[in-house]
Amino acid sequence: MIDFLKRLFGQAGSSATAKERLRLVLMTDHLELAPDMIDAMKRDLVDVISRYVEVDRDKIEVNFEQQDKALAMLANIPILSVNRPNGNGTAKKPEAAPPPEPVAAAVATPAAEPAAAPPTSAPEAGAPPTRPRRRRRKSQAIASSAKPATAH
Amino acid sequence: MHAMQQNEPQPAAAPAKSGRAIVVTSGKGGVGKTTTTANLGTALAQRGAKVVMVDADVGLRNLDIVLGLESRVKHHVLDVLEERATLDEALVADKHTERLFLLAAAQSREKDEVETEKMRGLIASLRERFDYVLIDCPAGIELGFKNAVAGADEAIVVCTPEVSAVRDVDRVVGLLGNRFRPQLIVNRLRPDLVKKGKMLSVDDVNAILRLPLLGVIADEPEIIVTTNRGEPLALRKDAPTGAAYHAIAARVAGEDVPAPMPQAKESFLERLGSLFGGKRG
Repeated sequence: MIDFLKRLFGQAGSSATAKERLRLVLMTDHLELAPDMIDAMKRDLVDVISRYVEVDRDKIEVNFEQQDKALAMLANIPILSVNRPNGNGTAKKPEAAPPPEPVAAAVATPAAEPAAAPPTSAPEAGAPPTRPRRRRRKSQAIASSAKPATAH
Repeated sequence: MHAMQQNEPQPAAAPAKSGRAIVVTSGKGGVGKTTTTANLGTALAQRGAKVVMVDADVGLRNLDIVLGLESRVKHHVLDVLEERATLDEALVADKHTERLFLLAAAQSREKDEVETEKMRGLIASLRERFDYVLIDCPAGIELGFKNAVAGADEAIVVCTPEVSAVRDVDRVVGLLGNRFRPQLIVNRLRPDLVKKGKMLSVDDVNAILRLPLLGVIADEPEIIVTTNRGEPLALRKDAPTGAAYHAIAARVAGEDVPAPMPQAKESFLERLGSLFGGKRG
């Protein structure tokens, strides 16, 4: 809005454009320079998702893309099979993978679960009493980064 | 001297001096590393310190001409490294400022002919003789950069308010890591353009780089004129930009003076405009 007003009054700040472009390109640069971090993130992501569905670990692609005003993470995670709902809750624990960290578990917990467990039963990760019924039509999960607040 | 240093208990003799070795770098070329080195060196020496400036831009020697010393250079860094000349033979005394010396870069050679370890050794021996060893780093992040950085333990990064320069400084700072405690000089700032929102401000630049700010140098025609003459602007303490270099030198020396910050001259129209425009973009 301020930008618009400035433009209207001939105060078009190309410096604002420069700032925004720099912010984005540096995010990309930093990601590119941290392949270890991306690998670790990929691993964690898969570990979490694997607790619910079986995914093809070898075919996972994680890419970063500059979209209009934000950097987006696009993950393509092929799903091999989906655990049967109500199958007494034996979600597959990832084999030979490090135990999920509390943070990761929190991420995996569906935010709005229809059959909400009573708040007291903090679930032991991976063994919820009831399987959440969630939409799993697509064999693709697309995670998009939250839009960062654009500073002007 | 070396043998003495290795003995743990220092004998009564004066201990070897250990000056500060500061590399002046930027990643991108043409942002003013050489001019900054020449002016900072001049200002530090005028404060009373013994200063040597090492031109590490092998193959593209420039510090000598900026200082007006081009006709006095007889030997260069590689002559010293390859023992064709002693350090004393290669050091060129500045013609304007006492206590200021130059070690020129080799002109007819290439960057990859310098051995990193030898360069490190050279800087170490210079530190024994000088309070400050300022190393003028070549552009780029290849071997020339690595050699220039090898013997340094501090870094000053020079950045102009341009997207390309900021990006490159960001990269260089990443490469340097924390060991060099890089500090920032924003060079060639045009306060008038910043005010109109047409140039990144110092805050914009440093919101990204997040480095301790040594100071800001305005884009002054004076710098071109003084460079033409081979007389660093820091020789003129009365000129605003000369004074800015002296303030930076004081800050480098650890004095608690404010970072120099050029201000735009306000015209009546601008003052009127800033009443309405308020924020600068």
